[in-house]
Amino acid sequence: MLSIENLHVTVDGSPILKGLTLKMGPGEVHAIMGPNGSGKSTLSYAIAGRAGYTVTSGDILFNGDSVLDMGPDERAQAGLFLAFQYPVEIPGVRSRQFLRTSLNALRKARGEDEIAPGPFLRLLREKLALVQMDESFTKRDVNSGFSGGEKKRFEVLQMAMLEPSLCILDETDSGLDIDALRVVSAGVNALRNESRSMLVITHYQRLLDHIEPDFVHVLVNGRIARSGDKSLALDLEKRGYDWIIAGAAA
Amino acid sequence: MSTSQETIEAIAERKYDAGFVTEIESETLPPGVDEHVVRHISSVKNEPDWMTEWRLKAYGRWLEMSEPNWAHVEYPAIDFQSISYYSAPKSKADGPKSLDEVDPELLKTYEKLGIPLYEQKMLAGVAVDAVFDSVSVVTTFKEKLASMGVVFCPLSEAVHSHPELVKKYLGSVVPVSDNYYTALNSAVFSDGSFVYIPEGVRCPMELSTYFRINEAKTGQFERTLIIADKGSYVSYLEGCTAPMRDENQLHAAVVELVALDDAEIKYSTVQNWYPGDENGRGGIYNFVTKRGACRGKRSKISWTQVETGSAITWKYPSCILQGDESVGEFYSVALSNHRQQADTGTKMIHLGRNTRSTIVSKGISAGRGQQTYRGLVRMGKNAHGARNYTQCDSLLMGDTCTADTVPYIEVNNPTAQLEHEATTSKISDDQLFYLMQRGLSEEDAVNMIVNGFCKEVFRELPMEFAVEAQKLLEVSLEGAVG
Repeated sequence: MLSIENLHVTVDGSPILKGLTLKMGPGEVHAIMGPNGSGKSTLSYAIAGRAGYTVTSGDILFNGDSVLDMGPDERAQAGLFLAFQYPVEIPGVRSRQFLRTSLNALRKARGEDEIAPGPFLRLLREKLALVQMDESFTKRDVNSGFSGGEKKRFEVLQMAMLEPSLCILDETDSGLDIDALRVVSAGVNALRNESRSMLVITHYQRLLDHIEPDFVHVLVNGRIARSGDKSLALDLEKRGYDWIIAGAAA
Repeated sequence: MSTSQETIEAIAERKYDAGFVTEIESETLPPGVDEHVVRHISSVKNEPDWMTEWRLKAYGRWLEMSEPNWAHVEYPAIDFQSISYYSAPKSKADGPKSLDEVDPELLKTYEKLGIPLYEQKMLAGVAVDAVFDSVSVVTTFKEKLASMGVVFCPLSEAVHSHPELVKKYLGSVVPVSDNYYTALNSAVFSDGSFVYIPEGVRCPMELSTYFRINEAKTGQFERTLIIADKGSYVSYLEGCTAPMRDENQLHAAVVELVALDDAEIKYSTVQNWYPGDENGRGGIYNFVTKRGACRGKRSKISWTQVETGSAITWKYPSCILQGDESVGEFYSVALSNHRQQADTGTKMIHLGRNTRSTIVSKGISAGRGQQTYRGLVRMGKNAHGARNYTQCDSLLMGDTCTADTVPYIEVNNPTAQLEHEATTSKISDDQLFYLMQRGLSEEDAVNMIVNGFCKEVFRELPMEFAVEAQKLLEVSLEGAVG
């Protein structure tokens, strides 16, 4: 599914990722944890192809093909989805119109016809229920005036609508209260299946109580310093990152 | 390096779709203006003496005036003696009585522009008064409108058929000597549209005029006069194009609107005059004076404009709110790409009690475009309880364009209320990346952001026009990102 090989990424000339290697199989959920500044968000942007995140060596293979020469739109069309830590406001553009344009862009890339208004509305209602959002929501402008929780639910709604094969959740738990966290996690869990992979980036173990990972990786100074199963996250919760940072430096 | 920068440079490669020249014989006056030219134009139109005198008086005033130079635009001095002041397709000499008599080349031109003169127009509910260079070629649906008492005809015709209305209202909103260009227009105006909506009549269709400058080295000086009598309503649409030419051409129009008690006029413009090439060669100088007078109580005048063309735009559609509780509105999208310069805005002059005005201005600059919003809100001393809301937003694409906002506010009544909001933003990399991560191409992402930015104005346009405006904006921005 996703294979990252010895990835080096610089931002504004500074090296951030320094030889990161990660392999994810279909249907697997991997969590990336790590202290501030370890390169977690850089990893998500590099995979999604954001301008300014320059891969200096290594490769990112998605379904066996390198994505390095693909623009962010082409990567999205190939089935890659990034749930943003800070979803962006698009004033004057209704959420519903945005969802439909986006869905149709992906369908077009797959050689399918545009979705008709009727089936679109049925799909939208079905997925709205998943994240417990009211339909009136989709008449508002994209992320404009949304609360933190609403923005994150809207990200999960998009994920549900677009049905990507790889989901990257970049600190989806940040800014969520307990109830919102539960709703968002339930939405994400409903999207888990044997073919869809997820890369969950988080600071806190508590998200992993709700979205149980198959693997946990600790990112320190631009590299994976340690990998394990979900018990590693519990260890981190108890002991902090220092013992791993010390181990990585040694 | 960044894809967004590349796209911004690419969307600047716009094509100008309306840039064809129609080959028809036309009668064009030699360049230059003097009293003889003014008299000639008047006599070609077989005008009554009072009209000729009106023109000559205007010409006299023009000679005493000088060009305005306060606008934030730069261009080489215009040689007013090198412009031809009158051009008419020759076949017009006898005047077409119906579409069959119109030069087929002309009709083809309108077809290329997508102007519906035939039955599909009827279905679309649009009556068109098409001004080609200087004369009004054909006016459709006159009969249907006439049965309701609506007058919609070339101004040159109204001078003969409704002299009392023309005498009473022509120059009553925009005085002859209002400015240099209005004086010139008043002296040499070639034609334009005249609309009269009788008391209590709601005009059943959108009235529409399409302007096109075809002849080289000609100026276009049309005049529009719209009178909405008590309790009437009319929606008027205006579109403009010109062929691509190396030299600059002058367009100096005057539009006057009069709304009596409880009347409403909605005036929409989609302006797509040739903007010049990427290096600023050629293009139309669009120096236009548009003003509406809300003379009656509870009357309303609403201007909506989408300005994507012209090398230079100098234009301030305004409202004089004389009647108590009258309402003025101005909704504008103006775009400057490449070397285009636009100095545009509005004036809301509050004279009556409890008058209200709304200004929503959206400026988009790309390439080396230069964009200035200039607006005046004046609360007169009798304007008790008057209110104004102004919102001025600028959107910048790339880092070689500029946007300025120049609001003028004069308040002479302590009960008046004003609100002014202004924002300047760039299409952010965050927004582009977000939309592209959802599968949109960079160009589609830019269009979505720009359309969202303009939404408050587009929704004021009649449906057909809104779609056209949206497409025009997309074409105008092709290559501005990339």
